[in-house]
Amino acid sequence: MIEASHLTCVRGSRRLFHALSFSLQPGELLHVQGPNGSGKTSLFRILAGLAVPHAGKVLWQGRPIADQREEYAAGMLYLGHQPAVKDALGVMENLQVSCRLGGIEATLASLKQALDAVGLSACARLPARVLSQGQRRRLALARLWLGERPLWLLDEPYTALDAKATQMLEQRIMQHQSAGGMVILTSHQAPGLPMRALELGQ
Amino acid sequence: MPDILRWLLWRDVQLVLRQHADVLSMLFFFVITTSLFPLAVGADPKMLHTIGPGVVWVAALLSTMLSLGRLFHADYQDGSLEQLLLSPVPLTMAVAVKIFAYWLTTGLPLVFLAPVLGMMFGMADQELWVMTWSLLLGTPVLNLIGAVGAALTLGVRGGSVLLAVLILPLYVPVLIFGAGSVVAVAGGQSAQGGISLLAALLVLTVVFAPVAVAACLRIALE
Repeated sequence: MIEASHLTCVRGSRRLFHALSFSLQPGELLHVQGPNGSGKTSLFRILAGLAVPHAGKVLWQGRPIADQREEYAAGMLYLGHQPAVKDALGVMENLQVSCRLGGIEATLASLKQALDAVGLSACARLPARVLSQGQRRRLALARLWLGERPLWLLDEPYTALDAKATQMLEQRIMQHQSAGGMVILTSHQAPGLPMRALELGQ
Repeated sequence: MPDILRWLLWRDVQLVLRQHADVLSMLFFFVITTSLFPLAVGADPKMLHTIGPGVVWVAALLSTMLSLGRLFHADYQDGSLEQLLLSPVPLTMAVAVKIFAYWLTTGLPLVFLAPVLGMMFGMADQELWVMTWSLLLGTPVLNLIGAVGAALTLGVRGGSVLLAVLILPLYVPVLIFGAGSVVAVAGGQSAQGGISLLAALLVLTVVFAPVAVAACLRIALE
């Protein structure tokens, strides 16, 4: 489980949130809500361990994430705003490399399956530079089908996705939840799944 | 863990091989700047022989500066750097591999080109050897020091000028020992002093630069 305890985030002279505490048990989904600039992305970066909170800490399996960087990295998947797709590499190569760099040993068959799941199997051999925004997002999301990481941190995963892709993402999240996974996500559109809500910027 | 680093090396080398315009223009810059000197100072073989080592070394140094900004910038922009920070391998190791891949694709070609340019300045066989050796030891040092600067100026507007201002003073010792060793051989002395000091600089930067780069990247991404 992941637990945030008394997190405070300060950007410049502005305090984005103060003494924010919550915890997430296996099988729980959390929807972080709030207007633009309320600190959603900052919260995600803190939860991922990319940024250090002004005060408070994040605990993973009961221990601070700063003390167990590598174990935490092996149990968590963070997908940020940028899809981390390399234009010069092929679609399949991109997925393969991003899995390997994340420490996931995916077989060729499972990579194909993941591309199939996000509807990109037809462009597996194309260079990634020909992909549209939505297809890039799908390629980034394909990692959700590979390597079972218990915790997913998804910052605006629905951006640029069409209705069909949104539906397939929600199905995958539900599947992950029923397998005991945890998901924290932000989105400005209401997700089609029942989720606990966390409101920022009040 | 070594598997992750192998894939990182493969990816970085592949990216350069497939977008080779950057490297080719850097090598072209290296050839052009060295060729400009004989045109500017005249074709007196004795003078060219005197300035040769210095010119080749300065041109090599400026060429490595040219592409330094690219080292982390693309990864920073497309989000790959974030993912690298979250990869279950120590960031210091990942950074060391990235710099090695960068040297393989930009530093090593310079080392191979340098003797050809050296001939243009009428260098003798032994001087060419010493120059190649000095560049072989010196270019990784330039890249390692440069990587610290590139990480420090990541995401800063007008970063490339700032990078040059930050890094060029730190390149001075490398330049002195590198060009100095070739000059020493040309003057009939031993090049061993300069070469040994370059090797010492290499050991020092290999140990400390990746740690510094990793720390700078964490700050840059926060």
